[in-house]
Amino acid sequence: MALDLYAEDIVSHYEHPHNAGVMKDADASFHNYNASCGDDITIYLKLDKDKITDIKFKGTGCAVSVASASMLTDFAKGKSLKDVEGMNVKTIIGIIGIDPGPARLKCATLSLRTLKEAVFLYEHKEADRETKAL
Amino acid sequence: MKQDNMHETFDVERIRSDFPILSTKMNGKPLVYLDNAATSQKPNQVIESISNYYRTYNANIHRGIYAIAVEATDAYVDSKVKLAKLVNAKGMEEIIYTRNTTEAINIVALGWGGANIKQGDHILITQMEHHSNLVPWMLLARRNGAVLDYVKLDESKSMLDMQSLEEQLENEPKIVAVTHVSNVLGTINDVKHITRKAHDHGAVVLVDGAQSAPHMQVDVQDIGCDFFTLSSHKMLGPTGIGALYGKFDILDKMDPVLSGGDMIKSVTFSDVTWNDLPWKFEAGTPDIAGGIGFGAAIDYLNGIGMKSIRDHEKKITKYALEKLSGIKHLKTYGLGKEDLERRGGVISFSIDKVHPHDVSQVFDSEGIAIRAGHHCAMPLVEEILGESAVSRISFYLYNKESEVDRAAQAVELVKKTFKVG
Ligand SMILES: Cc1ncc(COP(=O)(O)O)c(C=O)c1O
Repeated sequence: MALDLYAEDIVSHYEHPHNAGVMKDADASFHNYNASCGDDITIYLKLDKDKITDIKFKGTGCAVSVASASMLTDFAKGKSLKDVEGMNVKTIIGIIGIDPGPARLKCATLSLRTLKEAVFLYEHKEADRETKAL
Repeated sequence: MKQDNMHETFDVERIRSDFPILSTKMNGKPLVYLDNAATSQKPNQVIESISNYYRTYNANIHRGIYAIAVEATDAYVDSKVKLAKLVNAKGMEEIIYTRNTTEAINIVALGWGGANIKQGDHILITQMEHHSNLVPWMLLARRNGAVLDYVKLDESKSMLDMQSLEEQLENEPKIVAVTHVSNVLGTINDVKHITRKAHDHGAVVLVDGAQSAPHMQVDVQDIGCDFFTLSSHKMLGPTGIGALYGKFDILDKMDPVLSGGDMIKSVTFSDVTWNDLPWKFEAGTPDIAGGIGFGAAIDYLNGIGMKSIRDHEKKITKYALEKLSGIKHLKTYGLGKEDLERRGGVISFSIDKVHPHDVSQVFDSEGIAIRAGHHCAMPLVEEILGESAVSRISFYLYNKESEVDRAAQAVELVKKTFKVG
């Protein structure tokens, strides 16, 4: 059961993450850290009005967190800020195609939380409770 | 003489049969429990002693005149007498029960430290400490305007640098707090030597025995330390109980940290007289069941013998280090198999390119419990070992070589899954 987490696409996203790297002229960015695992991620956004035209992430972490970031950044490209605000745990589980279970959920949601915080920060809004609980 | 004739052999299977959890499964595979540095499993004898207390003589201690209250009090006090003997304290007056090691260290930082650490004083700890022997001192230093210094690790990144100790002692620290055994590296520090040096400089010494007391003979008088701390849950006993050993004269002079019922001798509307040791430090109803369960755990350990436990762990640690050192793309931390006298049964490791959380996830799928992370020693793992996290295997008396073999197989599965090598 647990080994499903390492389905081929998760491992391959981990080995060759999409959208990896720093964006120098980002319109919005956010850095986050998961103290219990030492996972570390920064997400960068390029925006055209309220639309995400480009997205990158940089960080270190386990396969689950890196693969989630890789798939989430693919998914978020072209989405609106409003779309991002509406994303939640279900969104990320849908994207990675597997429920990582309670012990690893935080690894899977770290990138989503970071993306949402980048958006909230850009909009000068306080992150909502749902985001902080990710 | 009698013992020599008996020629007891260490029977792992017989020991294992006392631990019900060891015959359960995890994820459909027989459980291999290799996270003993986090907490140990509990034998039937301990589990039954607790349920027996609740079933047959549950009563509050100290206050009752009736038979079961006396019985409960006796059992709780008896547990302290046993622990005093186990670590060779002079008597149970020197044994204060706490929730765990962390609380024991906090009592010293707040009680002794609060009264004795002044502006500009130095507090000396080491780079090898668990957060529980680091954060309370950092907080104390901040609160009282003191300076927190660290004894460095030497080039091996496994042992304390004795030169660094000498240098730091020149600052005349008021207290030196050091772990007996590292929960990340497994290194056994020469706490007797460190204590002697620290005493030469007039410092008080605390030894964190959370990882030593469960695995080897400890003699606090021989070490000479002023305080020694441990946790029951790491030595076959229940969670919720641990101990602070302190030399009688120091404890006697210290003010209590928590106050309320049971810790006083008399109270008027304007004054209070503290109770005798050790009760002065145990405000309110303690974890009675925990104390009783801890007593049963000590009986169990004594039944096997701390020396036999240590010998067994040395053997299995050697076996594991040999096995792991033969695996490509795997790196272990801490002293090697030539240094078994100076290392306990804790082996941290990492596998190239694979995050420790992914390692323990694969282990989990194979029914093997190991830990991944910074092991509550973030500065050591990040700043000294240069890793954001490491994986850790840690042994106890019930582990056997075939379990090491299963762990080694799980390493191969990790490598296959992540295409390492
Ligand atoms: C060396 C060391 N000190 C202190 C502690 C803290 O023990 P507890 O959590 O029981 O307070 C631990 C436990 O992980 C430890 O390994």
